[in-house]
Amino acid sequence: MKQNRIGQPMSRVEDARLTSGQGTYIDDLNPLPNIHHAAILRSPYPHARIKSIRTEKAQQMPGVKGVVTGQDIVEMTKPFPVGVTAPVKYYSLAVDKVRFVGEPVAVVVAKNRYLAEDALDAIEVEYEPLPAVVDIEKAMEPEAPILHEEVESNIANHRTFHYGDVNKAFMEADFVIKHKFFFPKYSATPVETYGVIAHYEACGNNLTIWSNFHGPFTLQSVMAAALQIPSNHLRIIIPKDVGGSYGIKSGVFPYMVLMGVVSKKIGLPVKWIEDRQEHLMASSSGTDRVTWIEAAVQKDGTVTGLKMKMVDNVGAYIRAPEPACLYRTHSNTTGPYRIQNLAMETVAVMTNKSPTGLIRGYGGPQLYFPLERIMHMIADKLDMDPAEVIRRNLIRAEEFPYKTASGGIYDSGDYLTAFEKALEMVDYQGFRERQEKAHQEGKYLGIGLACIVEPSGSNMGYITVALTPEERAKSLPKSGCAEGATVSIDPMGGISVRISTVPTGQGHETVAAQIVGEVLGVDPRSVKVIAEMDTLTSPWSVASGSYSSRFAPIGSSAVYHAALKVRQKLLEIAADQLKESIDNLDIESGKVFVRNNPEKQVSLKRLIGSAHWNPQGLPDGMEPGIHETAFYTIPTALPPDENDLVNGSATYGFVADAVTVEVDPDTGEVKILDYITVHDAGKLLNPLIVDGQIMGGLVHGLGGALYEELAYDSNGQFLTGSFMDYLCPTATEIPPVTIKHFSTPSPLTPLGAKGLGEGNTMSAPVVIANAVADALSPLGITIDSLPLSPNRIWSLIQEAHNQKQLKEELV
Amino acid sequence: MIKVSSREMVEVRMKINGQVYEERVEPRKLLSDFLREDCGLTGTHVGCEHGVCGACTVLVNGSAVRSCLMFAVQADGKEIMTVEGLAKNGQPHPLQEAFSQCHALQCGFCTPGILMSAVELLSTDSDLTTDEIKEMLSGHLCRCTGYKGIIEAIEKVANRQKEGEKTDGSGVTV
Repeated sequence: MKQNRIGQPMSRVEDARLTSGQGTYIDDLNPLPNIHHAAILRSPYPHARIKSIRTEKAQQMPGVKGVVTGQDIVEMTKPFPVGVTAPVKYYSLAVDKVRFVGEPVAVVVAKNRYLAEDALDAIEVEYEPLPAVVDIEKAMEPEAPILHEEVESNIANHRTFHYGDVNKAFMEADFVIKHKFFFPKYSATPVETYGVIAHYEACGNNLTIWSNFHGPFTLQSVMAAALQIPSNHLRIIIPKDVGGSYGIKSGVFPYMVLMGVVSKKIGLPVKWIEDRQEHLMASSSGTDRVTWIEAAVQKDGTVTGLKMKMVDNVGAYIRAPEPACLYRTHSNTTGPYRIQNLAMETVAVMTNKSPTGLIRGYGGPQLYFPLERIMHMIADKLDMDPAEVIRRNLIRAEEFPYKTASGGIYDSGDYLTAFEKALEMVDYQGFRERQEKAHQEGKYLGIGLACIVEPSGSNMGYITVALTPEERAKSLPKSGCAEGATVSIDPMGGISVRISTVPTGQGHETVAAQIVGEVLGVDPRSVKVIAEMDTLTSPWSVASGSYSSRFAPIGSSAVYHAALKVRQKLLEIAADQLKESIDNLDIESGKVFVRNNPEKQVSLKRLIGSAHWNPQGLPDGMEPGIHETAFYTIPTALPPDENDLVNGSATYGFVADAVTVEVDPDTGEVKILDYITVHDAGKLLNPLIVDGQIMGGLVHGLGGALYEELAYDSNGQFLTGSFMDYLCPTATEIPPVTIKHFSTPSPLTPLGAKGLGEGNTMSAPVVIANAVADALSPLGITIDSLPLSPNRIWSLIQEAHNQKQLKEELV
Repeated sequence: MIKVSSREMVEVRMKINGQVYEERVEPRKLLSDFLREDCGLTGTHVGCEHGVCGACTVLVNGSAVRSCLMFAVQADGKEIMTVEGLAKNGQPHPLQEAFSQCHALQCGFCTPGILMSAVELLSTDSDLTTDEIKEMLSGHLCRCTGYKGIIEAIEKVANRQKEGEKTDGSGVTV
């Protein structure tokens, strides 16, 4: 039993069903008889006025039960609420205009999906094409096509921030180093696509929706508002098995509303399973971002101030939780560095690309790409070693808890030690020598470094930084990161745990069982964890869900506290029965015993039995039964203050990466020789799961660095609608990776744990870019955009050669 | 080559996991949909419907096939094995155990397809290298694991198979 305690690599309880085909994902569910199937007609245009939609022919096709268009949606729903003041009307189907390729235009319901798709071809839509804009900077120009006339520009959100004395820092700087960076739009493409089953019951006005949605459950209120239905009449059920998400599936919520409306209008339960093309062109993705960054630097490499202007492309409609991508990392904008002077300008623009939303690392890859590139550029400019520039600026171990310029409270860490560990593991000095030698042989080797702070357990309050302090003052302050859990024991002693953390592959059932097993002194494998989420019966909060790596710091803490409540109750019953003080009792191996007289004991079974079968025998005033719920939040997750200071996350981990590459100058191919990553995620709850999470996050970041991009041509046509065009890393592209842990437990969470699955998604794009830039530095090449595909690298090399030739000719 | 009109139903008969299934299907029905909807074998998952992700892989007469690229009528008379057929007499297949031990799955959605391709690979090659395993896996997308655990799990079973050969010489331990 000891081998399955908290912190031990217990193999997962989920695996037996998932390896035998007995998982139950959304498409496997048929919770009602007579379920019909929906198919969605989508816009082929990036921007066009809808002049007419004719559905008569489609209605008469075999097996078709009905068609729903934008007209129905306007009549039956309100636009989705969103946390900005720009008057953007976003509905679940296009109304009057389409604004991106793939935007839903009509829905057909038929007996099966084949027949529904047949009928799509019979719908006639007349479009009047309009000029489109997909480029961030062009979208902000005065003559740019406007997507939403009511907004009068394409800007959905715009804020500025000043922390410390930025002007002084820049005036006194020995150097100011600045650059502009482009970060691309990409996804995480879970192998299971979106799925929704909706069932509307007219009598009682009840809507039940099953979907592979994973929160945040703030969006339950967004959906209820759009549907104009009381929130307790909108029942959302999430199956216990979800086929991956990495944030992307929070974007299924418009389809949940859409299918709710479809079920209501057609009068049948309706199932919709997205196909891959739909997923790539219209589900959700990260933002593409342009960042202008400036660093105030002293001669010795110390960075004293930062200015950043970041512009996010949120696609055709800003939708919740955007523009949160701009603000998720607000508290850790200065990364792991002791920079107290910070100016920021944040802008969200709308263009004719698909709408964006949560994605693993949310905001982190976009932030650290310019920040960690500029640290390397500072080293270049000062002719210093980049390791030395990083070292000089890292927060010192004795400075924790460290308060950042923008209000973040880094709970614990020892960044220097972890960073030195990474340098040692990659044999930094040795590699520099190898690199020099290789260069003499005409080979391009490079080494990249990156240090990032990994926020986890998002504070609901950070999103309201999108509003000015004056705008915020008008409504209820938002804060906290609460999660609930219930532990109960049945009359025969069977322990069950109800969680609302909506796992999408992270093994929450296993870790919850480990925690409850340890607290109650039983074998974790005997604990049954129910991961299915149901908004009418689960203990949930507005912050519930699977995002911001919040299970380790928050979800697991709720489970721990619920288990402690049960433990306390069992000990109180035992104290009464054994006539002992509760302080002398301990719980282990299914028994409560007196610590210094273990012979004196009583079985858990008997204690549990008392609570169920003989409540009259319980201590005075004690409730019968064993069923305890606990809610947990972090006291430091406060609302933003009037100076826009906010602690956006519960805990902050640290990642130091060192990566070596070789670039083939003839083909432009980047080969990663070695990927070293040192992690501080506090106490690890299950190391087996931990390393799996890290590896998965890393490969997602690798995809962003080298392969993945949701590409559009300049007219707004979508170019990467299949897995032949949108390239995901496969097994043959994975480099050798070494993961090392270095733990400073969080003083804030009861188990000392921090979140950890997103760090390398944030660090991999920039650390690989740094390594490639280092490799190509003899050619004078600068890396400021991604992905680093062979054609892009090859073009950069050709350009460098041409310029060199031109210069020689001029001489 | 059979000739049928688009709405006509066609009778198909095939053996799946040792059991005979006889059904009437539309000629355009995909094998993946047939397995899931007509046979109730929902362990086979559909991830891309264009033959890239590999989630729907099943064995047709022993060969790994993407069931989203094949019509049910094309499988008439064939022998099919899906993930539901891997365990024998309540005992998990060694690959199923190794996948759990090596944390070769997280969400588990791609797992059934990978298991079926791995079964085929292990049955056709008795001396697998890591590169061969990676090469086979390059036909499958997993967005959770970064493939590390999957490679280790297949290697583990391959090595056990090799050792098994040395000791009993039968060549078949899996």
